[in-house]
Amino acid sequence: MGKILEIKNLTKEFKEFTAVKDVNFFVEEGGFFSILGPSGCGKTTLLRMISGFIKESSGEILIKDESMSGVPPEKRPVNIVFQSLALFPMMNVRENVAFGLKRQKLSKQEIDERVKDMLGRVSLHGFENKKVTELSGGQRQRVAIARSLVMKPSILLLDEPLGALDRKLREHMKIELKLLQKELGTTFIYITHDQSEALVMSDKVAVMNKGRFEQIDTPRNLYKNPKTAFVAGFVGESNRFELTNHSGNIITTENGWKVEKPNLDFTPKVLYIRPEALIIEPTDDIADLFKFEVLIKTILFDGSNTKVSAIVTSSKDELLISLPQNAKFEDLKEGDKVQVGVNYNDLKCYKG
Amino acid sequence: MEDKKSFNFTFYLLILPVLLWLILLIVLPHIDLFISSFQVDGDNGKVFSFDNYTTFFKNKIYWLTFINTAAYAIGITLLAFVVTFPVAFYLTKVVSRKYASFLSLLLLIPLWIGELVTVYGWMIILGDHGVINESLIYFGIIDKPIHMLYTNISMSIGLLYISMLFMVIPIMTTLESLDDSLIEAASDLGASKWTIFRRIIIPYSMPGITSGGIIVFMLVIGDYVAPDILGGKSSLWFTEQIYNEFLSTFNWGEGAAFGFLLLMISSSIIWAALRISGQKLERVGS
Repeated sequence: MGKILEIKNLTKEFKEFTAVKDVNFFVEEGGFFSILGPSGCGKTTLLRMISGFIKESSGEILIKDESMSGVPPEKRPVNIVFQSLALFPMMNVRENVAFGLKRQKLSKQEIDERVKDMLGRVSLHGFENKKVTELSGGQRQRVAIARSLVMKPSILLLDEPLGALDRKLREHMKIELKLLQKELGTTFIYITHDQSEALVMSDKVAVMNKGRFEQIDTPRNLYKNPKTAFVAGFVGESNRFELTNHSGNIITTENGWKVEKPNLDFTPKVLYIRPEALIIEPTDDIADLFKFEVLIKTILFDGSNTKVSAIVTSSKDELLISLPQNAKFEDLKEGDKVQVGVNYNDLKCYKG
Repeated sequence: MEDKKSFNFTFYLLILPVLLWLILLIVLPHIDLFISSFQVDGDNGKVFSFDNYTTFFKNKIYWLTFINTAAYAIGITLLAFVVTFPVAFYLTKVVSRKYASFLSLLLLIPLWIGELVTVYGWMIILGDHGVINESLIYFGIIDKPIHMLYTNISMSIGLLYISMLFMVIPIMTTLESLDDSLIEAASDLGASKWTIFRRIIIPYSMPGITSGGIIVFMLVIGDYVAPDILGGKSSLWFTEQIYNEFLSTFNWGEGAAFGFLLLMISSSIIWAALRISGQKLERVGS
């Protein structure tokens, strides 16, 4: 599969600050590519440059190997699903979806066919004459997506379209969007600050921070092997420790917890440990394990996602530990002292 | 129960001044005028008659004046829309928020001055020895002053000027609620600027345009000062007919009948306009 979008050294400078700094990446045809970052990281600016609503300060945007510089939004082979959805309130569902096709001066028959087909794909058959104001959040969502997809864009840009939905519906739409993308084969570029949306749906995720890409990787790699401290902290849940000392195989947190981490070839500043990487009462046959004792503070019950908050007995450092899915440690309670182990590889150290 | 009673008392106390105002100054005089519009002088004082109303339709000069007035009022309403829509769009969508409120305040200045003074101001500008003519003569563009004052044109300028503010404000209110991403979405879907204007912006601001249109039309058709001062002898304005009936010929019955005809016919025109454009009055206010 070829590159459908290629971004070269893209930079956007505003008067007061630089929103996007020297960003390079490409997206494969038919892929689901997410750009994940906190609000204000420049991801919306990047999206708006791809769609043509703002002009880049320098760098190049290539869609199907063609430079997009100077091409206005209405001429680019991309369509955008807006954060606010931007459905036209004075039109019904059919008119909304047909709006773009009418601009292409297609025959009425072809417009009707394509609109009908697309509404069927997003399971909105029979909603043609409904006003968009009468639809539920999820239905409005699907109208917005249908309105863009009916244009058969090379790339569909989605600007946090699930942001306004409630949690249950968001979970549902995540799966639906991924299935829709698989079925249609259109390239999706999805902007979000919600790491779960990015991880669940994407083939590749770029983590963006302060106008730069920190890491571009598959969701699994991003989670398992974060390349920078920012990615480790932003993607998934992690226990974070500031480090003060490093000598030999021992790193020391600012509270004085001595952690064994062999084979470090640099002096780290921060340590991240995922809650699920911590093994309660490890058996002796597991190799490469750093073991320590903790005091259980509270149990944070959350169904399958239940965690315990614990204190390292030697240093008073606090950390969260995930409980295994089996009911093995169900009777754990406040004040218990337990052994905890963590594999050396799961001790993620970073310079800053 | 106690609470409800005291609430009711306070409520009526507060509403009393408004009710008095409405009844004494608006409802009662209108009833009185309405009764006198059906009265003519008979042998033994006033008698009931439809003559005051039939006079309007029998005399060409009266209904022609009304048609002229209504035509000008419709024209000025359309003109007010054409002139003010770009202004409203600029103030709500183009200019930065910092200056928008200051510029909107500038728009209100003519209101502070009052209609009469504004109209006299236009006399200074449009007169034979006014600002425009003197400047044109000074720069040698014309030799003799162009006659602008006391014509239908000067009257229209005056009416437009005093009424257009009432068009800007409702349009600005609707445009303010127009999400910019609607415009971007339309552009993203391949719409040209003209299509966006025609298919998105205008339909979206229709409630504001309609309510602005109603206010401007009613203000213009019922205005007296601008037609009287700027229009001069040649312009026929229906309010001047009403004025004449009351104060020149002292035919109060006729004047009252004309007043009610103005109210009814102009309301009908608005009703017809709403029907034709497919607007609903309930939606206009929103």
